[in-house]
Amino acid sequence: MSRPGDILLSVKDISLRFGGVRALTDVSFDIREGEIFAIIGPNGAGKSSMLNCINGFYHPQEGTITFKGTQRRQMRPHEAAAQGISRTFQNIALFKGMTTLENVMTGRMLKMRASLAEQAFYIGRGRQEEIAHREKVEEVIDFLEIQAIRKTPVGRLPYGLQKRVELARALAAEPELLLLDEPMAGMNVEEKEDMCRFVLSTNHELGTTIALIEHDMGVVMDLSDRVVVLDYGKKLAEGTPDEVRGNQDVIDAYLGVSHD
Amino acid sequence: MLYREAGQFKTSYSADQAMLTIPLDRVFVVGLTIFAIVGIPLLASEYLIASILIPVLILSIAALGLNILTGYCGQLSLGTGAFMAAGAYLAYKIATNITWMPIWIVIPLAGLCAAAIGIAFGLPSLRIKGFYLAVATLAAQFFLLWLFVKVPWFVNYSISGVPTAPPRSVLGFDVTGATATNEAKYLFVLAFVIALAWIARNMARSRIGRSWMAIRDMDIAAELIGIRPLPTKLSAFAISSFYCGVAGALWAMCYINTVEPTAFDINRSFQVLFMVIVGGLGSVLGSFLGAAFIFLLPIFLNSAPGWFGYTVAGDTITHIEFMLFGALIIFFLIVEPHGLARLWQIAKEKLRLWPFPY
Ligand SMILES: Nc1ncnc2c1ncn2[C@@H]1O[C@H](COP(=O)(O)OP(=O)(O)OP(=O)(O)O)[C@@H](O)[C@H]1O
Ligand SMILES: [Mg+2]
Repeated sequence: MSRPGDILLSVKDISLRFGGVRALTDVSFDIREGEIFAIIGPNGAGKSSMLNCINGFYHPQEGTITFKGTQRRQMRPHEAAAQGISRTFQNIALFKGMTTLENVMTGRMLKMRASLAEQAFYIGRGRQEEIAHREKVEEVIDFLEIQAIRKTPVGRLPYGLQKRVELARALAAEPELLLLDEPMAGMNVEEKEDMCRFVLSTNHELGTTIALIEHDMGVVMDLSDRVVVLDYGKKLAEGTPDEVRGNQDVIDAYLGVSHD
Repeated sequence: MLYREAGQFKTSYSADQAMLTIPLDRVFVVGLTIFAIVGIPLLASEYLIASILIPVLILSIAALGLNILTGYCGQLSLGTGAFMAAGAYLAYKIATNITWMPIWIVIPLAGLCAAAIGIAFGLPSLRIKGFYLAVATLAAQFFLLWLFVKVPWFVNYSISGVPTAPPRSVLGFDVTGATATNEAKYLFVLAFVIALAWIARNMARSRIGRSWMAIRDMDIAAELIGIRPLPTKLSAFAISSFYCGVAGALWAMCYINTVEPTAFDINRSFQVLFMVIVGGLGSVLGSFLGAAFIFLLPIFLNSAPGWFGYTVAGDTITHIEFMLFGALIIFFLIVEPHGLARLWQIAKEKLRLWPFPY
């Protein structure tokens, strides 16, 4: 069993190239059990690429990723999902034709075992699982306060609510590590406040470790325990929000000092 | 905050109210089913049963099948006719060679054979999508039909190549072939319809249905949350082809009483596709509405002028039919992809709120 403060995920010397583009170069950091870990950096710094490596969507050419003590280099996304890594996306990736409830239910997919026959005849596990997982999903729906849009196809929901449904789908999987790619981008102040509240209560009440990408520095400073700064695919700094804020390299990167 | 809480209570209250319609829906469906089993054979005319209800019900099964593949899983197919043909030819082959096997086993078995063929032709779907996949399924359409015509083994080397359906019985009543009564055939077909519609509904609300829809809506995101694309798509191909195979077998055994290739040509594929589009993509109810609508429209167009004392030339009617189909397909594809089923749902919502305007 791991305790708070133990290393949950360790990223070591990750390099990722797309043809000539070096999206990530020798990036290393650790994410600890129970913390909120922020990845920040200017546009194109490689933040989303980093999350994509962690959940097996991209395969870095070099480096290793160790999750819960097990090292791996190549891993399919569904395997990462099965090991307890869920995520949301910078551009919402919901299933537009399905209702909120159905979307959130897909988050429980990997926990369901019913055979085709049990599902087709709605007997045995086919029936029990639908009921049991529906209960769990209703908890998540209550937690994120989206009861009213349960039966609405998500394609019809406003942007801010879609982001919330996407978080619900990720939470429904009861992940150990939750990756959030710009969960507050494009939201108004009120929506951002709600989202911050949900991120915090996910961390505090459910004990989920969170790695998030965010551009709003205020939000980052409020939420995160530790921060890593990427710029042009390289790690600039790592530390507590205060340490990072005082770092000269970081200030230069954000003020757009020319790289030579 | 307080305002929002209040708002939420109100909306979830109305959501609760929506639950009331579910028992009502159930009463409606159960009532309709009982009427179809008891009422129709007693009340309906021979013409209605033999020439309308039997074919519409069988085509509904095919439409359900295609809807699973295209409406739920998002994989376009133009091979419906071929998978129906597979069911028809193999049902004939099995029924005539394993004569002890009850016909109610022969037909699902033929469906399983069609499912296996469906899996084979579904394999390209991992790599190709949309239009290109449609072309690949078109290849299945032409290849399979060619195969069934060219290889006389499938029809037991019959000289004509178009053998008649063997008479087989259930509980002592003939249900297939020319000797069976229309009522018996109708009830036999209806049994399959009820079972398969119920199964389709169950799948749609279970994990497998949600995986299909997830693949349809966004396959990359589906993979990221742990849905494996290939098995999911292949399961849709298999189950869809199973439904089409059963429909094809019933078409040959209980409707046209012969096994002939022209019944399953490319026109059949398009006809079933139109049924799914007009009825509603991703809807069990829509499959039935679409099948009835597309099958009945030409009949209606042919007889309607007569009711008003006009005579219209046959080819004019055919032209009108084509134009109407074209317009309907465009309308439903662009304006209402959820088809007649959605229109029906909107009407129900309106009724539920009536007489209040919102
Ligand atoms: N699939 C891909 N193919 C080619 N290049 C890619 C791909 N994904 C990312 N890149 C490149 O890698 C670099 C880093 O991109 P990434 O999306 O990780 O940045 P980011 O930090 O998330 O930026 P933003 O803040 O704009 O989201 C960019 O130069 C981008 O063009
Ligand atoms: Mg990004």
